[in-house]
Amino acid sequence: MYNLIGAGLIVIGGGIGLGQIGGKAMEGIARQPEAAGKIQTAMIIIGALLEGLAFGALILGK
Amino acid sequence: METLLNDFSPGLFAMQIVILIILLFLMKKFAWKPILNSLEERETGIEDALLAAENAKKEMQNLQADNERLIKEARAERDAMMKEARDIRDNMIAEAKEDAKEVTASLIEKAQASIAQEKQAALAELKKNVAELSIGIAESVIKKELSSKQDQLDLVEGILKDVTLN
Amino acid sequence: MKVAKKTIKFLAIAVIALITTTSFASISGNADQNHNVQNHDGGQVNTQKEVTDYIQHHLKDSHDFTFFSYTSEEGERKHFGFSLPVILWSSEGLVTFMSSEFHHNDDGHVIVEKNGLKFAKIHSKIYELNSDAATVSFDETHHATNAHKVLDFSITKSVVGILLASLLMFLGFSALAKQYKTREIPKGLGRALEPLVIYVRDEIARPNIGEKKYKKFMGFLLTVFFFIWILNLLGLTPLGFNVTGQIAVTLALALFTLVIYIFNGSKDFWAHTLWMPGVPYILRPILAIIELTGFILIKPFSLLVRLFANITAGHFVVMSLIALMVTMKEAFGPVASTGMSLVLALFIMVIEVLVAFLQAFIFTMLSSLFIGMAVEEHEHH
Repeated sequence: MYNLIGAGLIVIGGGIGLGQIGGKAMEGIARQPEAAGKIQTAMIIIGALLEGLAFGALILGK
Repeated sequence: METLLNDFSPGLFAMQIVILIILLFLMKKFAWKPILNSLEERETGIEDALLAAENAKKEMQNLQADNERLIKEARAERDAMMKEARDIRDNMIAEAKEDAKEVTASLIEKAQASIAQEKQAALAELKKNVAELSIGIAESVIKKELSSKQDQLDLVEGILKDVTLN
Repeated sequence: MKVAKKTIKFLAIAVIALITTTSFASISGNADQNHNVQNHDGGQVNTQKEVTDYIQHHLKDSHDFTFFSYTSEEGERKHFGFSLPVILWSSEGLVTFMSSEFHHNDDGHVIVEKNGLKFAKIHSKIYELNSDAATVSFDETHHATNAHKVLDFSITKSVVGILLASLLMFLGFSALAKQYKTREIPKGLGRALEPLVIYVRDEIARPNIGEKKYKKFMGFLLTVFFFIWILNLLGLTPLGFNVTGQIAVTLALALFTLVIYIFNGSKDFWAHTLWMPGVPYILRPILAIIELTGFILIKPFSLLVRLFANITAGHFVVMSLIALMVTMKEAFGPVASTGMSLVLALFIMVIEVLVAFLQAFIFTMLSSLFIGMAVEEHEHH
């Protein structure tokens, strides 16, 4: 039960983080479309780091 | 975490490590090394070719510049030669004119001189003629003197009239 | 001449494949009619609980390779596939037998006796029974009380998957390597593989490790990238591999990265990790501890967990959506539930194909990033 609450919290946090990353990346791309490739790569890396964090927490709690 | 640890299989882990080491070794030896080497070779080849093309282009440009310079020089030379020729022609014409002038002048001079001579000669002739005439007159006068004085005078006058009329 | 050579090669491979399959294969039709059909890979899957159990079973490694199974009209359970060799390091040393001896039983009811030792398979794990026990007895949390796990070096389904992926990789890329001997630009499959190699080199290794040092790590990065990618894609085929969703496999991969960047760390890297310059002396040991745990524990852990969790979650979602067909049948009728599960599963499958690439990319990318951090040499300020 508490596990599930924790998982929900992790998902909320991760979702906010991913939203921030994605949103800012979109803004960046809109502002400088020629840098889209670089921004995308950086976005994916940071997203992956966040994902690792969230999954780590999920798995530790499982 | 607990289920995860429970799921963890040390045997599979060991197998994976062994297989991965073998795979790494094999792939490195038989695949990655030759692939990466030939890729690099090809890339350096392309780079060299590009560089060579660039050089050739530069050389071409140099050649073109050279050609242009040569053409310019030739044109300048031609212009200079033309100018020289024109000058020479002008000079020649001027000299010819000068010569012609001199020649005509001398001719005129000569002509004038000969005219003067002729005149002199003519005058001399005239003088001789006049003298002969006067002598003739004198002769006839002398011939007629013997008849009468009046006659003589009339004769002289008549002759003089004739003379002045001449 | 060339064609002949190719044919011979192909024949050789086919023969080897045939021999291995026939030696492993014992298409076991009537093997277990007298056993309880209520085990995890058997029986019809109808209820929520059975679906969950089935998915859980799939996510685990298995000791035999089953393509599909069904119950015949006589109530007899039939499995199509082949069994794989079981290799155990037990208390008496090495023990080997074929997995068909378990008769697809997965709850410890079938006991195999070898070399005077008794083995049982419970939830895809092989247990060795204590010498005085005849059957496995369970406590209330379904843990075996009179048996213990043995070191299991079996050629499991995952190992078959690893071997298959390795073989595919080796054949594909050594063929590509061979092509370069005769031609400048490869043709056929090589033309598709070459840009991928260049992609890994130019987009992953070069920018992250640096122009000077990336060459040394290319072998590892390329191997890991294609290994993970092929295995992820194999996991999406109906063969039902779940290799990159095995924590043992991802742990091994992450450990390789760890070992590589620890042993290639430059002097600057260690100086910055252990005795951070430009920080008050009191803080330096604390920072050293933080940095060390970051490099030794957290980074490899996030690497291994990310890959494991992504693939597991992907398989779980796809299988759950396929199971909608069964679980929603009563609520929506067979046509609607099948259509819904088809559409949703197709949609998620497309995403999973993307994830298969993305996870391979991210694993390689982060590995090269960490390696880049370790090998970087700072110019001294």
